[in-house]
Amino acid sequence: MKLSDLVEELSLEVKSCKDGLDNEVKGAYVSDLLSDVMGNSTDGDAWITLQTHLNIVAVAGLKNLAGIIIVGNRPVQDEIRQKAESENVTILVTPLTTFETAGKLYQLLK
Amino acid sequence: MKEFKADLHIHTCLSPCAELDMSPLAVVNKASGKGIDIIAVTDHNSAENVLAAQRAALDTDLTVLAGMEISSSEEAHILALFNKVETAIALQDIVYSNMLPGENDEKMYGEQIVANEYDEVLGFNKRLLIGGTLLPAQDVLNTIHSLGGLAVASHIDKEVFSIISQLGFITEDMGFDALEMSRNMERNTAEITFQMYNSYAWISSSDAHHPEDIGKRTVSFFIQEPTIEEMSLAFKNIDGRKVEWE
Repeated sequence: MKLSDLVEELSLEVKSCKDGLDNEVKGAYVSDLLSDVMGNSTDGDAWITLQTHLNIVAVAGLKNLAGIIIVGNRPVQDEIRQKAESENVTILVTPLTTFETAGKLYQLLK
Repeated sequence: MKEFKADLHIHTCLSPCAELDMSPLAVVNKASGKGIDIIAVTDHNSAENVLAAQRAALDTDLTVLAGMEISSSEEAHILALFNKVETAIALQDIVYSNMLPGENDEKMYGEQIVANEYDEVLGFNKRLLIGGTLLPAQDVLNTIHSLGGLAVASHIDKEVFSIISQLGFITEDMGFDALEMSRNMERNTAEITFQMYNSYAWISSSDAHHPEDIGKRTVSFFIQEPTIEEMSLAFKNIDGRKVEWE
């Protein structure tokens, strides 16, 4: 499944790097602790988080994640969008909670 | 240059997780008795016991810095250090208007006692000091600096409530003046584990919540006088100022 399929299925708002919508989603990881994501996420995961600190961009790039899904319509600052654009990291936003997002994604990916 | 022994991270009975016998006066007496020259009173998201500690230390050789340990919205702990209580209270005003809603549950978290310099209880703080604030870490740093204070990343080696546990890593852009290691971290181990941060000044402190913990870890500042300005020079290794710990 591609990131673009998730955008359609979950009505996600694309905040950065449309080019990344072709990325293959191999799985998903849910965590708000960046140290945990750095340690335990895997290549190609969609990362579900409420964290909107600038460092999420570097973590997603470092771990080669498929994209970041920000829950609860949390605002993504311009600075983060610009950084994500230049680092080719796709950020998506949903009004859903973490629980709802993960549940739907699990159904789609299992 | 004079050597000043400093423990820059001490909680009082205002912090819900600290013991009731950590009154401002008791903290000052204990620190003085241990030969410490500088302490910072750093309660969680509040500076209401700073004045009492500074007053209690008036007739001693101990310098009490006005501090606070702020929980950012990402639940990273950041130490703010100032010379004057007024500045810490200015920061407190900002923190208080950005608190998570809710009252402290004394049974669950412990009492939050505001005391004076004579060990008399002035009142109980009802705010949820143990919780996070709504202030993102970068806003916390920028606010501390705009007030002329020093910002130190608390216990970066801890797996909870540290800037590294919460945000993965530290960047130069964040603007920390120093990084703190918790009191059990050996210098040798820190130099290996945190080698990538060796351009920063490191401190280590007791993070005392109990009287017997005060001064369990100290650092030595080689500075002219015990002020934030001199400590800032020490953090930058400027003009012969420096900070050391073993």
